[in-house]
Amino acid sequence: MNWLITGSGGKGVRALFLLFPVIFPLRFLKKGSDPFSHILRLLTVVVLLLAGLACNAFAECLTRGTGDLGIVIERAAGSVLVVDTTTRSGLFRVAGLGDLSHASAVFSRDERYAYVFGRDGGLSKVDLLCGKLEKRIVQAGNSIGGAISQDGKLVAVSNYQPGGVRVFNADSLEPVADLPAVFADGKSSKVVGLVDAPGQRFVYTLYDAGQIRIANLSDPTAPQVRVFPGIGLQPYDALVTPDGRYYLAGLFGEDGLARLDLWHPENGVVRILDHYGRGREKLPVYKMPHLEGWAMAGRDAFLPAVGQHEVLVLDTATWKEAGRIAVHGQPVFVEARPDGRQVWVNFAHPDNDTVQVIDTETLEVIHTLKPGKGVLHMEFTPRGEAVWISVRDADQVQVYDTTSFERVAHLSADKPSGIFFTARAHRTGL
Amino acid sequence: MKTVTAILIVLVLASSPVPVPAAPDSVRQAELLYLLKHDCGSCHGMTRKGGLGPALLPENLQERTRDLLVITVLDGRPGTPMPPWRGQLSEEEAYWLVDVLLRGEAL
Repeated sequence: MNWLITGSGGKGVRALFLLFPVIFPLRFLKKGSDPFSHILRLLTVVVLLLAGLACNAFAECLTRGTGDLGIVIERAAGSVLVVDTTTRSGLFRVAGLGDLSHASAVFSRDERYAYVFGRDGGLSKVDLLCGKLEKRIVQAGNSIGGAISQDGKLVAVSNYQPGGVRVFNADSLEPVADLPAVFADGKSSKVVGLVDAPGQRFVYTLYDAGQIRIANLSDPTAPQVRVFPGIGLQPYDALVTPDGRYYLAGLFGEDGLARLDLWHPENGVVRILDHYGRGREKLPVYKMPHLEGWAMAGRDAFLPAVGQHEVLVLDTATWKEAGRIAVHGQPVFVEARPDGRQVWVNFAHPDNDTVQVIDTETLEVIHTLKPGKGVLHMEFTPRGEAVWISVRDADQVQVYDTTSFERVAHLSADKPSGIFFTARAHRTGL
Repeated sequence: MKTVTAILIVLVLASSPVPVPAAPDSVRQAELLYLLKHDCGSCHGMTRKGGLGPALLPENLQERTRDLLVITVLDGRPGTPMPPWRGQLSEEEAYWLVDVLLRGEAL
């Protein structure tokens, strides 16, 4: 398969590095006899010793760039695979991240570290170069996702239990701010759709309360929180446009999305696409759709229709529906290839063995793939020549060429779910 | 003798509680546990500690009867994201799964 170092690997290499600074200088010392050359040799020995020790300290870490790296969540095992998207191989497996049943990740802006948000409230910082769990804290009972601030210094986590958002120092994972999601009668709400936005802000949605909140952490010791109530029933997820201007929360309890203009929050929340399911029976939803990133081509955005076998097309100039595309099942992820020419869609149980590709010019399904049961996520390489697809039941991540639709590689992974590449580090809202 | 047998039959019938549905076979049991872990788990957590949906550990289910839980699984909970699983699960299978939950098995 591929080259993969697990936690304790590379012992032989390490032993060599340990012995090198001892053996080599001893041999070196025996030669020569005049005092000057003796001191020089002694100095050389010290330098070599230090270099050897330094070398040893980093013996298991890679020296390379990280722009083509990423992680794959192994949700049942509580581990992540560090992967290389150029060689299409695994580099490390990092274990001990707790319950990753619903996990997502963001990256430090130097693209060295991944912050992984686990179901059990765990926040883990993974060093991609050393394949090491740098630090892990359990910050709540039950969490759902997270975001990293515009300046890369703060990591925020949204929680189901006890609800609310907690903010941490990205470097040390020390707590910085606590943003409770208390609403009517002192109840605490589950928080979904947490994203970063320009101006050192975090924007998030209260599932139980039907609210959007904007927290400004320009001064992390005194966060300013603005509340937008009454956005609709059961907002299940949200996204922010790549320019950081519009925040859109999808509604489960009713049709449509709640839109907030972050350039003009004073204009309040506006409902869009509120008619798409009207008069039609909603199908049972066996998996909640996700709103992640902004699948956009030209001025059209592509969104999953809740409880329908459809992808909705939204004209972002008018914020009106521009079309509906009939697809194989209920969409979960609707993701645009980075150039916007194609949109890839995966589906909820029991149709989760299929992926479809939509041509954004003709709005037609141009290709149907059957990667296997349990397709949970898709991630494009930074410029979109390939897409990585996690196939849970096959214990595989499959790599497809997005032009030929041929499968070009596959990697073994234990019940893989989310796939996250480091290019996300430089994209608002991801 | 006939009367005794008849009385015995009546007694046995009267004393048996709600008929216990037959358990699914072992292959199906494995499929059901997989579904519980991964598909129910996408909302309720793979460890049943809850997510967007409520926790499903024995202590969380104490106040609900077995029958009510089975109805919830088969018919869903209108007004919430809990979908009906009827059509994908038979009544027997729903009972079997609910018992797994109530006993906290296969965690």
